[in-house]
Amino acid sequence: MEEIYAKFVSQKISKTRWRPLPPGSLQTAETFATGSWDNEENYISLWSIGDFGNLDSDGGFEGDHQLLCSIRHHGDVMDLQFFDQERIVAASSTGCVTVFLHHPNNQTLSINQQWTTAHYHTGPGSPSYSSAACTGVVCNNPEIVTVGEDGRINLFRADHKEAVRTIDNADSSTLHAVTFLRTPEILTVNSIGQLKIWDFRQQGNEPSQILSLTGDRVPLHCVDRHPNQQHVVATGGQDGMLSIWDVRQGTMPVSLLKAHEAEMWEVHFHPSNPDHLFTCSEDGSLWHWDASTDVPEKSSLFHQGGRSSTFLSHSISNQANVHQSVISSWLSTDPAKDRIEITSLLPSRSLSVNSLDVLGPCLVCGTDAEAIYVTRHLFS
Amino acid sequence: MEELDGEPTVTLIPGVNSKKNQMCFDWGPGEMLVCETSFNKKEKSEMVPSCPFIYIIRKDVDVYSQILRKLFNESHGIFLGLQRIDEELTGKSRKSQLVRVSKNYRSVIRACMEEMHQVAIAAKDPANGRQFSSQVSILSAMELIWNLCEILFIEVAPAGPLLLHLLDWVRLHVCEVDSLSADVLGSENPSKHDSFWNLGVDGMTSHGWSLPYTFATSPHLESLLKIMLGDEAALLEQKELLSNWYHFLVTRLLYSNPTVKPIDLHYYAQSSLDLFLGGESSPEPLDNILLAAFEFDIHQVIKECSIALSNWWFVAHLTDLLDHCKLLQSHNLYFGSNMREFLLLEYASGLFAHPSLWQLGVDYFDYCPELGRVSLELHIERIPLNTEQKALKVLRICEQRQMTEQVRSICKILAMRAVRNNRLGSALSWSIRAKDAAFATLVSDRFLRDYCERGCFSDLDLIDNLGPAMMLSDRLTFLGKYREFHRMYGEKRFADAASLLLSLMTSRIAPRSFWMTLLTDALPLLEQKQVIFSAEQTYELMRCLEDLTSRRPVHGESDTEQLQDDDIETTKVEMLRLSLARNLARAIIREGSLEGS
Repeated sequence: MEEIYAKFVSQKISKTRWRPLPPGSLQTAETFATGSWDNEENYISLWSIGDFGNLDSDGGFEGDHQLLCSIRHHGDVMDLQFFDQERIVAASSTGCVTVFLHHPNNQTLSINQQWTTAHYHTGPGSPSYSSAACTGVVCNNPEIVTVGEDGRINLFRADHKEAVRTIDNADSSTLHAVTFLRTPEILTVNSIGQLKIWDFRQQGNEPSQILSLTGDRVPLHCVDRHPNQQHVVATGGQDGMLSIWDVRQGTMPVSLLKAHEAEMWEVHFHPSNPDHLFTCSEDGSLWHWDASTDVPEKSSLFHQGGRSSTFLSHSISNQANVHQSVISSWLSTDPAKDRIEITSLLPSRSLSVNSLDVLGPCLVCGTDAEAIYVTRHLFS
Repeated sequence: MEELDGEPTVTLIPGVNSKKNQMCFDWGPGEMLVCETSFNKKEKSEMVPSCPFIYIIRKDVDVYSQILRKLFNESHGIFLGLQRIDEELTGKSRKSQLVRVSKNYRSVIRACMEEMHQVAIAAKDPANGRQFSSQVSILSAMELIWNLCEILFIEVAPAGPLLLHLLDWVRLHVCEVDSLSADVLGSENPSKHDSFWNLGVDGMTSHGWSLPYTFATSPHLESLLKIMLGDEAALLEQKELLSNWYHFLVTRLLYSNPTVKPIDLHYYAQSSLDLFLGGESSPEPLDNILLAAFEFDIHQVIKECSIALSNWWFVAHLTDLLDHCKLLQSHNLYFGSNMREFLLLEYASGLFAHPSLWQLGVDYFDYCPELGRVSLELHIERIPLNTEQKALKVLRICEQRQMTEQVRSICKILAMRAVRNNRLGSALSWSIRAKDAAFATLVSDRFLRDYCERGCFSDLDLIDNLGPAMMLSDRLTFLGKYREFHRMYGEKRFADAASLLLSLMTSRIAPRSFWMTLLTDALPLLEQKQVIFSAEQTYELMRCLEDLTSRRPVHGESDTEQLQDDDIETTKVEMLRLSLARNLARAIIREGSLEGS
């Protein structure tokens, strides 16, 4: 982890997302989107980290990120996802879900589509209309699934005015995040510590499976699915605990790892190196979890520079039958062999790191200290 | 009491007719509320104000400027780093650390200045450009003062190096010289250029002896030589080349007294100011501040800066840094806290008035030992919580500081909101976080009421999965167990269901209002073909029933309703009594018979 560039941007960043690369492309990530929160006027912005050719006397200095364009967003940006190369879906604290379109020729953003009453407590028809924040959005072209504080799940399709499917009162508590397992299945996490799997092929309003932690019902804030193994899911909780689940096996997590000291806001498997996991938290730190088993220097506890690493052997709470030819290192059960190396990526403790995203060797994250950090050398 | 320089500016509130109706106002932390009243100035007949709005008036534009926000955020990081500097460090290492912190602050100010300057140049609207330019000059003045304070108070350079630092200081702030040099040296015959000789004066202070001079006799040369020998009058003649009195001061010291001691500085400073102004103009606030600094009167510096600058940022951070240098004696203000704390409190309170920057304010309150905590407690409860995520952040701040009262009150507000929106799971989740047994009881009562009304449970996903949270309140435990009873009944585990039902009543965790429901739930068990309740258990049930009927309170309802209710109640009780008696009979017989028959 060599250089990480920070830039203060005068807005608290709630979400950062890399623009996906065209399939088969050999480029590295170049553009990312951010959403702000807690301002009187919030913005969705697009930034570029393309080489600006600034070389100083040391040579090889890469310019920091530059703003390309931005657009006003009504309400806090609660979640952000790229729908495709040009479209971004944003979830708002006003309960509105908006699709923004980027016009690369004149570098502007415009609103492509909007579902203004996607989430609400009492409906728009009634006199006591009260909106509810939309807390999570996930895209799988052409479908968009959103969840909110009203416990509702919506399935939208781009260019359809109305929701294709709505599950009212899917949950009696707040749904914090959603991810696709296999289409048409989604997985949601809520504020009473449950994972629920929903199958859109089924007609009813009941989840097809419920998993939960034993012990205290700690709210779960984020979830991410392993990119290759669709049954492996990682969640982060309010107590900073990272849990790895195998949704085919039982109702309890496979491992529980004590991680941060406060809420874990986002967890991401690296899309092309899934042995690497990244988490960020309210305690102001961003951690890189390396479960790969082929690094020869892993046994060394001492590292140069500002890296701080610790070893952690993970505890197994559910020793299920694991007959897999390709064992995910996150699920494997040998504590002696399998050690996870954890590195803190930010140079100093700051206010909460709200969001992160990884693509190739690039990582971007945003904080409540109104700073965006970018590195292009994750694995050096 | 300062006299006003001019008339105060008048701000018109749109929509309010101040000639017709009177306005009222109230001060807030950083803003003012104004609205129209029904009090009419002339006639007494008008009762309704014509303008229905309340206006919020803010004076402090600083907080809202995008570029200044970077200053606040970056300096927040530096502030925290400073507080965490090891108190054990003394002597040289501590001093160098403090100087580094000071330089960090100054570089942040300069970065801000740079950016604002770029914006000022690029501004399309000239009025905007002027506003940004004036902001740039304010920042420049701030950096000038801070730099001088760094040299005199933090660096504490002795005589000799002191002048070198002051030279650097002036050089940094007098950009004119550099642009002049480029002009002159670029022309064809430098010695004939008008500015060449003028440059000599400036050049002496800025570039030392590096510029070449030809030795032709000329009045200019004579003048130069006089200056070099410390002739102040000669120097004064070149006044228009010196941009200000402190430039004059440093130049003068360079030639007349380069080994000036810090304590003698203020003599030279005062006289330089007087000579330079020459009685034509009076000193500006900036001049007074610098003068106070030269006199080593830190309190005066801070006081004047507080008056001159519109935002507490500068004085708060500078005072905090000087306090870390152990330079401020406890200057007690009338409410007892010292000056550093007072300024930090004012600054942090200002941050809390901003919708976004309140998070920075929290850390500043943390480092105010006397009133910081109580100020934070008051401010944090008033942050508007429009999303759960924001509420979680605020709660985390409170929990980290053991502010249990605030945690409870915030969780209660959120739980109430959830109940109102019929999000009972969320409500329960908030009461668990606050360990609020009373609210958990309220939520459970809601569930039970819903059950009674609808005959089935809502939100089974929640009740079935309460886990250890069930222990939070008796009512919640009851809810969980009652649901378990229904599950057991559904699975036809009648014996288990029966003993659970009984234990719910005998252990007294069931609320009395629910006993009738529980007894009614027992009916189908009593009427089963096989005997489920033992004789002992049946006696218990009877006891509960008698307990319930004997202590029935008198309701104050209307007569007809009362009669109807009584009817239903009496029928139920009679049915129960019958079922219990029959069950008792069968139980006694079964228990009295031989086992296995």
